Amino acid sequence: MSQLTEERMLDSGEKELVLDVRTQDMEINMGPQHPATHGVLRVVLTADGEILTSADPHVGYIHRCAEKVGENVDFDGYIPYTDRYDYLSAMNNNVGFALVVEKASGLEVPPRATWLRMIVSELNRVASHLLAFGTYGIDIGAITPFLYGFREREWVLSLFEKICGARLTYSYAFPGGVINDAPGGWFDEVLKFCDVFDRKWREYDDLLTRNKIFIERTKDVGSVTADQAREFGWTGPCLRGSGVRYDLREAQPYLFYDQVGFDVPIGRGEMGTVGDCWDRYWVRMAEMLQSTRIVRECVERCIKDTTPGEVMAKKPKTLKVAANEAYVGIENPRGELGHYLVTDGGAQCFRIKVRGPSFTNVSCLAKLLPGTMLADAVAIIGSIDIVLGEVDR
Amino acid sequence: MSVTSVCLELGASLGHVQDGSYDSRGLFKDWDWFGREGLWGFVGMALSLAIIVGVCSVVPILFVWVERRGSGRIHQRKGPNRVGPFGLLQTLADGIKLMFKEDIIPANASRFLFMIAPGLVLAGVFAAFALLPLSSTGVIVDAPLGIYIIAAVLSLEVIGVIMAGWASNNKWAILGAMREAAQMISYEVPMGLCILLAIICHDGELSLRAMSENQAGGFLNVGNWLIFSNPLFAFPAFVIFFIACLANTKRAPFDLPEAESELVSGFHTEYSGIRFSFFFLEEYASMFLVSAVTVMMFLGGWNIPFVPGEMLTGGFVGEVLAIGSTLVKTFFLVWVMIWVRWTLPRIRVDQVMTLCYKYLTPLAFLCLLGSCFWEA
Repeated sequence: MSQLTEERMLDSGEKELVLDVRTQDMEINMGPQHPATHGVLRVVLTADGEILTSADPHVGYIHRCAEKVGENVDFDGYIPYTDRYDYLSAMNNNVGFALVVEKASGLEVPPRATWLRMIVSELNRVASHLLAFGTYGIDIGAITPFLYGFREREWVLSLFEKICGARLTYSYAFPGGVINDAPGGWFDEVLKFCDVFDRKWREYDDLLTRNKIFIERTKDVGSVTADQAREFGWTGPCLRGSGVRYDLREAQPYLFYDQVGFDVPIGRGEMGTVGDCWDRYWVRMAEMLQSTRIVRECVERCIKDTTPGEVMAKKPKTLKVAANEAYVGIENPRGELGHYLVTDGGAQCFRIKVRGPSFTNVSCLAKLLPGTMLADAVAIIGSIDIVLGEVDR
Repeated sequence: MSVTSVCLELGASLGHVQDGSYDSRGLFKDWDWFGREGLWGFVGMALSLAIIVGVCSVVPILFVWVERRGSGRIHQRKGPNRVGPFGLLQTLADGIKLMFKEDIIPANASRFLFMIAPGLVLAGVFAAFALLPLSSTGVIVDAPLGIYIIAAVLSLEVIGVIMAGWASNNKWAILGAMREAAQMISYEVPMGLCILLAIICHDGELSLRAMSENQAGGFLNVGNWLIFSNPLFAFPAFVIFFIACLANTKRAPFDLPEAESELVSGFHTEYSGIRFSFFFLEEYASMFLVSAVTVMMFLGGWNIPFVPGEMLTGGFVGEVLAIGSTLVKTFFLVWVMIWVRWTLPRIRVDQVMTLCYKYLTPLAFLCLLGSCFWEA
């Protein structure tokens, strides 16, 4: 520590002598084994006491060459790999890859399969946001919401287990449709879940969303303007939290999203500035209610309009796709999950590129963290809701 | 009673201590099991120490169980239920496990400080227990300056925590220690003001036993409880004191020094085995301690509604009733602490300071001033 005088230039052009006590900044290595980094993210922080002066995110600790693997297995064989990039929303990933293969090959999907895909996608969105809600509570220091979130998430996972046999890596949607039709009574249970969930949602609202301390911790923290959010390449709840109404389900409808009614919640700066942590969190909370709304409508249409059993298109045992290229972006719980597929007539992807939302969203950390406090850094990382499996792929 | 007379009283009691004329009542004088002289006096002292250590160790074990089962209830899960009836022995099993674990001292740690820090933390609380009355005679050292000594001895624990964070040579630990230091200078001010308020309202008594005796009588033996006899000022002061106590015990929402989602484990990141268990034990022991102090100062001490105050200060039945009532009230406050922990998120370090300096301190001053007029 040394005491020194410093000359500082004022805006008016005058020079000012400042007596300043300078201390050495501390370099802290947050992660890859830190409880708040949600996986193996590593952020090298420089801190002046509690206040951060710089942040340098490092990613890639669990890179598994997912895209390269895609060039070596057939289209159906790649589906389980899609499960593993964003393992909290495996259903959406399956659907995303299935859609791009269908677009490139022109496979026709039975309507029942499309409705089922929508139901599981939205249920998965609920499950994923529930986990985001719970872990965000833990980041802020409240542990109970995590358990509450898991309680309902377990129910969704049991529903998935009934329809596809797996609880985390589903491999449910394949090019051409889905592997199983819904078992008997499944739709009733889905509707029951939606009703119960809407009631439980109010519990979360009381416990965490409207909690004074929670609001104090998240409002005006990590505020991102709409322009900044676009510059970061943000998509999904993070972008909508900054007040941009951009949801691929609405902007470029895929599946049958143009046939169902839903709102796109956006951040309005209800508690502080637009695009703060609370807004991003709130968008996720509000989206869950929209998801159950979509699920209800999908279940109704699925039962009414389609014949049971027709869930997979007729396709050869090994699907070969003529030379073509296609891009399909879907609204993953974390943002736009894009698959860019190039085929060459073989049974494998010639090249598959995944545009992951978490990977793009995490890029903001170096810009957002400096100037905030250490505890805010945790709040900001949590509010972006990254899944490192997908960041690293 | 005015502030001046409190100061006079304080000076007088100090004088009594010096010339030895203060009638220092205590467990082993009144109950007079062994007398105070010679070998038997020594045995009595040893026994009283054993009682402190016993209470200090058993009470936290019970609270850890309450916390685990209680949080399980709050979380809608079961909590420990395998070891012993209702999982009561789970903490004991964990304690045994911790005792047999390797005692790791990091290579670059400051060995001596690292080793004594947990002991210092625990010693602070143990020492304060000696001054804590559970009934009119159920107190080991009935010092005339009781509450001041307790407040002073409790601050020792903070030194231990800062020492632990510093000695660990770990960046997260030092951040935790810094937070503890910042937190301590924040909550000690309103806490001290509330203690002053209690002293003023209790006719300048500094001994917790005297404070409790002072709260006997009144409507249904409840009317003289400080929070009821002085509802306008003492009740807010009680709330402020309880919030400060939460900060003192490093319980949520003031668990910044450990902040497991931010600082990994904060000041005890590098501790394992028995030394870690010292910190663990200390947390629950100090929860009990500060709750008991709150009960003694604000919640009527050992007084029970409908039971005349005189009945509780003499005779075997009275003592047992008094101890039981103190424990029930204290356990309730401890339960509130547990309840708060599993409900509220953690506040940020600058918010702790804002809360304590900008809101609690002026409010406590106001209550103190108001009480001076109220009691005058």
